[in-house]
Amino acid sequence: MSKTATEIEQPDAEQDDTALFGFWIFLMSDAVIFALLFATYGTMTQATAGGPTAAAEFKLVPTFIETLLLLTSSATFGRASVAMKYDEPRRVLFFWLFVTLGLGLVFLGFEAKDFADMFADGAYPSRSGFLSAFFALVPLHGLHVVAGCFWLIVMIVQVRVIGLDRRVKLNLLRLGLFWHFLDVVWIAIFSVVYLGGHIA
Amino acid sequence: MIRRECMRLPVARWGVSVGLLVALGGCSALGHGFLAAAGPVATHERHLFLIVSAILVFVAGPVLLLTPLFAWHYRLGNADDAYRPNWNFSWWVEALIWIPPIGIVVVLAVLLWTWTHIDDPYRKLPGAAPIEIEAIALDWKWLFIYPDEGIATINQLAIPVGRPVHIRLTSATVMQSMLIPRLAGQIYAMGGMTTELNLAASRPGQYLGKNTQYNGAGFARERFTVLALPGAGYQAWLGRVHAAPRMLDQTNWSAVAQRSVAPQPVFFGTVQPGLFAHVLAKTGGSDSAGTMHGMPMTAKDAR
Amino acid sequence: MNTPVWPLLLGRFEWRDLPFVRAILDPSASNLVGAFAGGLVVVGAIVVALVLTRYGKWRYLWSEWLTSLDHKKIGILYIALAFVMLSRALVEAVLMRGQQAVAINTPGFLTPDHFGELFSTHGSIMIFFMAMPFLTGLINFVMPLQIGARDMAFPWANSVALWLTAGGAGLMMASLIVGQFSTGGWTGYPPFTEVAFSPDVGPDYWIWAVSLGSIGSTMAGINIACTLYKQRAPGMAFMAMPLFCWTSLCTAILMIFAMPPLTVATALLALDRYLGFHMFTNDLGGNMMNYANLFWLFGHPEVYILILPAFGVYSEVVSTFSTKELYGYTSLVLATMVIAVLSFTVWVHHFFTMGQSANLNAVFGIATMTIGVPTGVKIYDWIWTMFRGEVRFTVPMLYALAFMMTFVLGGFTGILLAMPPLDYLVHNTLFLVAHFHNMLIPGLLYGMLAGYHYWFPKAFGFRLDEKWGRIAFTCWVVGFYLAFMPLYVLGASGMARRTHEIFDPSFRPWLYVAMAGAGVLFCALGSLFVQLVVSIRNRDALRVFAGDPWDGRTLEWSIASPPPEYNFAVVPNVDGRDIFYRRKHAEHQAPPYAEPYAYEDIVMPRNSASGVAIGVFAAVSAFGLIWHMWWLGVAGAVVGIAALVTRSFGRDQHRILLAADVAREDRRWRAALAEARSISRHTEMTTANQGLAER
Repeated sequence: MSKTATEIEQPDAEQDDTALFGFWIFLMSDAVIFALLFATYGTMTQATAGGPTAAAEFKLVPTFIETLLLLTSSATFGRASVAMKYDEPRRVLFFWLFVTLGLGLVFLGFEAKDFADMFADGAYPSRSGFLSAFFALVPLHGLHVVAGCFWLIVMIVQVRVIGLDRRVKLNLLRLGLFWHFLDVVWIAIFSVVYLGGHIA
Repeated sequence: MIRRECMRLPVARWGVSVGLLVALGGCSALGHGFLAAAGPVATHERHLFLIVSAILVFVAGPVLLLTPLFAWHYRLGNADDAYRPNWNFSWWVEALIWIPPIGIVVVLAVLLWTWTHIDDPYRKLPGAAPIEIEAIALDWKWLFIYPDEGIATINQLAIPVGRPVHIRLTSATVMQSMLIPRLAGQIYAMGGMTTELNLAASRPGQYLGKNTQYNGAGFARERFTVLALPGAGYQAWLGRVHAAPRMLDQTNWSAVAQRSVAPQPVFFGTVQPGLFAHVLAKTGGSDSAGTMHGMPMTAKDAR
Repeated sequence: MNTPVWPLLLGRFEWRDLPFVRAILDPSASNLVGAFAGGLVVVGAIVVALVLTRYGKWRYLWSEWLTSLDHKKIGILYIALAFVMLSRALVEAVLMRGQQAVAINTPGFLTPDHFGELFSTHGSIMIFFMAMPFLTGLINFVMPLQIGARDMAFPWANSVALWLTAGGAGLMMASLIVGQFSTGGWTGYPPFTEVAFSPDVGPDYWIWAVSLGSIGSTMAGINIACTLYKQRAPGMAFMAMPLFCWTSLCTAILMIFAMPPLTVATALLALDRYLGFHMFTNDLGGNMMNYANLFWLFGHPEVYILILPAFGVYSEVVSTFSTKELYGYTSLVLATMVIAVLSFTVWVHHFFTMGQSANLNAVFGIATMTIGVPTGVKIYDWIWTMFRGEVRFTVPMLYALAFMMTFVLGGFTGILLAMPPLDYLVHNTLFLVAHFHNMLIPGLLYGMLAGYHYWFPKAFGFRLDEKWGRIAFTCWVVGFYLAFMPLYVLGASGMARRTHEIFDPSFRPWLYVAMAGAGVLFCALGSLFVQLVVSIRNRDALRVFAGDPWDGRTLEWSIASPPPEYNFAVVPNVDGRDIFYRRKHAEHQAPPYAEPYAYEDIVMPRNSASGVAIGVFAAVSAFGLIWHMWWLGVAGAVVGIAALVTRSFGRDQHRILLAADVAREDRRWRAALAEARSISRHTEMTTANQGLAER
């Protein structure tokens, strides 16, 4: 019984497939949330109520660095997935996971600095509808990154404590999807919000 | 008199007589609604109501007939009917259940398109130059400003019979919706934005107007009277309001705008010019079209 | 009494937030009603707790039901929740109609604010905590059985979704005991629900209750869709699925895409209220039109989330009780998909009166009418299913017939409302109220009740009492017409919805009739409870252990009633529609109850308390945020997240049912099956029915 019991804990390939499929659907649902916030933001770009405007507040250099950080972290996560797939030594996997986590945290640091600068300029959400829409959209992505980093920490602990059983692998795959999804959303934010803010 | 083309059709006259019959024949409640239309807009809309209802009888009728008929005829206890447990498709039946409904929807769509454009609340009514009115929704009363006369009233809107009326609406508080069922359809009044409503009365009388969008404790009592007066009566009414001692400006605005019910109409003999624009700006909007803060997804204030 | 008691610990709680204190300070009728309702919740909870303790059922309840990951039990819990919430919201409806019937040129017995709370809770509960749990529960119970699956794709997420919904419902109940609910209606339109106009806890209760329900529904939708995509029995093509599964799939897809707009709308409103954002405020560039768009971008697909599962039920019921194949299966599938897609293209018709251009209104009006076509096709498909069938007037079939004839009237007024010029006249009036009740009572409630009567024997192994079923049915139908037909008249007379005081005496007769109708509807609910009690008492006579009381067509009828935990001892092979019926009636080589060659071990998920923990602590956290007890908000969230993380570390989460045990249980049922008396369709409503159909 005990032998079978450990076996049944591990989902088979078909269940893996279902689990990933379910996660894709979740991401679609999440994408709808971002799409709606983008649309809302789009309708409110002129609602500055005499307060700070996009052109004055959005800094392209730090956000471009943030873009590079996040893109790199997607690549490093990809490298970690490869390490997991081909059963490379555990320390390789750990190394790339930690690099990804580090990049994620640095990204969050940069973003926090951006927001702090904006607040110092008087560009806080209660100032105008435009800033409200901005702070509803961009920090939500930031919150997703926070959740992603937390999840990454949990997964690092799980790899350490449990090892790479099928469920841990499955959850790493799902986290990978999530991480790449955040990248895509960020590219949309960078293009629509930051670049768009300067063009308009 | 303002008349629309279709009013000359016999159907319209038939509709009017049905409406009157209903109003007189014991259903006195309906006498408060659009079936007892007293202006060209409501009349035109009632006309659409009757046409569409007549068409829809042909939609609902077959279902109401066939459902009990089939259920009863093909009941288990009836041994005389055919039983074909595996019959599950026929192109004829498919054609019958897809094509006529599509045809009806196409017909209705043509009606809908035409009527929606004619009865667009922003569309100016034909005839003389309209009376201009600025309506501000308050909790729980309506303020009507006559900018050309420099007067204002609370909870009483007088209009001359037969003359178009053009109302611009905004709200100094939450969203409200102005409905005068016997004269025209409703439109929302929203803070920082303006909407427009065109209407007219074709016969003298007192008509009820109200807010239909719940806005708190005084909601049910937020009612105003529309007085449709003949020309002379209207002039006399204007004279009475002009003579009223009260005046309305920014200094007493906050007292007027306070949450309260106004059981009796209030007249202001003088109004500070530009008050409407001032209220609009205070709730975040600006009065010049197209320069609003925040172009809403569906706003047409910029039209 | 008007100062916070202990702000650090209790946030903005004041003594007068308790309805009992309010009733003592000012014993008006309105406050007494409030105190009575609050007392009922408290006493009800205590009585339930005492009964559970007296009969020692806590452990049973916890380990057999609350922590179960069995899709059937989760489904039944959803439906139980729906009935509890239905009772509350129906009583509220009776109170509102009572107030309107009394308050003609007098203030009546309810204060305006109390009346405002009643219509807000009535709508919010009926949509989010009656309709949604009912249909989610029905899908949960029935759908895996129909596709030959042993459980949902994600049994644990299923439990989390249930408990998030239950947490939201708990917040609705909490608002009776402490504080007040929103008066902003089920739509919660700002700026009325902004802090500037509603500074109290009401809108916060609404925001968090609805948000929890909405997140739960999104999860349920993902789960249902994945189950249908990935867990179908071998051989079951999409076009071999029972129609209920198709409507479940379309509903699930709508949930996945339509719940997020609601989450966004409520979250942004929360940002306005908690952090001073200006998303929907009057000033500083806020724009409530965005809220209207977001809300109805959810709200309209929601209508079809509610109605499609009922359409599925009717498809099953009409086919089964006409003893005939469903007419136009492909048409019905197509119509369902068309409805699902079109439902995203019509949301503007909820605010034709917001001042947009005639072109825009006309386009959305036409799109709205277009939905009438596939809906009409469905009705005709059911009518043609009866054609040349043998119709049996069981309770579910009666609901289906009443639905077809009543729903078409709602469709009639729906087309009227789709015409923008007519909408201008009757928008926000009782005409609109009558219309959507005319769609939702037949199009949702009758469907759910038909499903409840139809599948109850499958869930519990005995039929529901026929006589009381018919009494309840009669009351639901008569009550509906009495309660809502007058509202059409009143709406056409210009009476605004949500009016707590009436000044036109000519409305009086219509209001009295509507009041009487509400009373009859209340009796209908009462009859359902009587029916349940009577049926449980007579359960031995009503037993249908063989599992197939209605000569069913689909897989769920091919197994025992109630089904074993794993549903199918051996997962069936499916090669077409109505497979079980065709096997029974010799159109198929395989016999209906063929004993399997071999049994295998079955892996099933173990119970889990973490779903309960996540739901309950999410609600606790929300309660903290509502009352500005920040410590509680944080603590609840931390515990909820901890439960999630703990679950992800757990490894002993499944158990094996040995082949020998499965075989023993299966053979026991087969032995009973061999003993059962088979009956003809003429006697299916009598106690002769043991669940074995005559072949």
